[in-house]
Amino acid sequence: MQQVFTRPESLKDVQTHFCPGCQHGTVHRLVAEALDQFGVQQKTIGVASVGCSVFLYGYFDIDVVEAPHGRAPAVATGVKRARPDSFVFTYQGDGDLAAIGTAEIIHAANRGEDITVIFVNNTTYGMTGGQMAPTTLVGQKTSTSPYGRNKAKDGAPIKMAEVLAQLGGVAYSARVAVNSPKNVLQAKKVIKRAFQFQAEGKGFSFVEVLSSCPTNWGMAPLAANERIGEEMIPYFPLGVFKDDPIAQD
Amino acid sequence: MGRIEIDEIRCKGCGICTVACPKQLIKLCDKANIQGYTPAEAVNQELCTGCALCAEICPDVAIKVFR
Repeated sequence: MQQVFTRPESLKDVQTHFCPGCQHGTVHRLVAEALDQFGVQQKTIGVASVGCSVFLYGYFDIDVVEAPHGRAPAVATGVKRARPDSFVFTYQGDGDLAAIGTAEIIHAANRGEDITVIFVNNTTYGMTGGQMAPTTLVGQKTSTSPYGRNKAKDGAPIKMAEVLAQLGGVAYSARVAVNSPKNVLQAKKVIKRAFQFQAEGKGFSFVEVLSSCPTNWGMAPLAANERIGEEMIPYFPLGVFKDDPIAQD
Repeated sequence: MGRIEIDEIRCKGCGICTVACPKQLIKLCDKANIQGYTPAEAVNQELCTGCALCAEICPDVAIKVFR
């Protein structure tokens, strides 16, 4: 018998701090597998954000810069411009990217920086205690919206993959989920496609990954996993919103 | 023919693999591991096809698959 599934080389063999059922681990593995496939582990510089993804440097066997809250795309811009031969990606959550870091992500995308952004959307601020994020679904109860998100007061959840697809500098924008084996396999393909754009120097690529936060949703891991399919995917449709290798020309 | 190995120290007992297995060959055991979670364990391994769907969905990369 041959081993057909093993831990990717770019992912350290250590215990993570993530809660049971948290899919950050799945997304970490998919990103590490993509790095292995492109053979860029030695020249990759990851840019970690603030949130549960903050310990990226402890889990990936690559060089990592820790950015201030929301500023990962700005830091990644500097890294890529100073070291154009390096492979640069940011890994951010929805509180980080869609709230505090909106300015940075919009402008880095619009400039068409040659970086890849992995955006993990779990509709809440995970690490800080489950506050309402811009991506929180209407009616969803969080610690700062105890009666549920009110569309009239708080607005509707922001769809980052669609928003960024409108910008001229963006070469690739897609949304995937990691709630079922089928969706995980699709996510793997999409993340590799996003990295392909950077490997060829074809501009800004963005992947939004729908994942769960069982602890802050107050749900068991399996129920939280089902919520992705039942509530999140109907509002945040999966798909590729832009795939344009000549956006830079 | 396939076989899986679940790292019972790393497994956090979330149970997502138990519903991902097309043949329902994974269940949570009763005994807690060193982390205090009840890890998943494989049963009736002779029916395993080595499809690796459990490993693909495992958030803790705790499953090795052989085929």
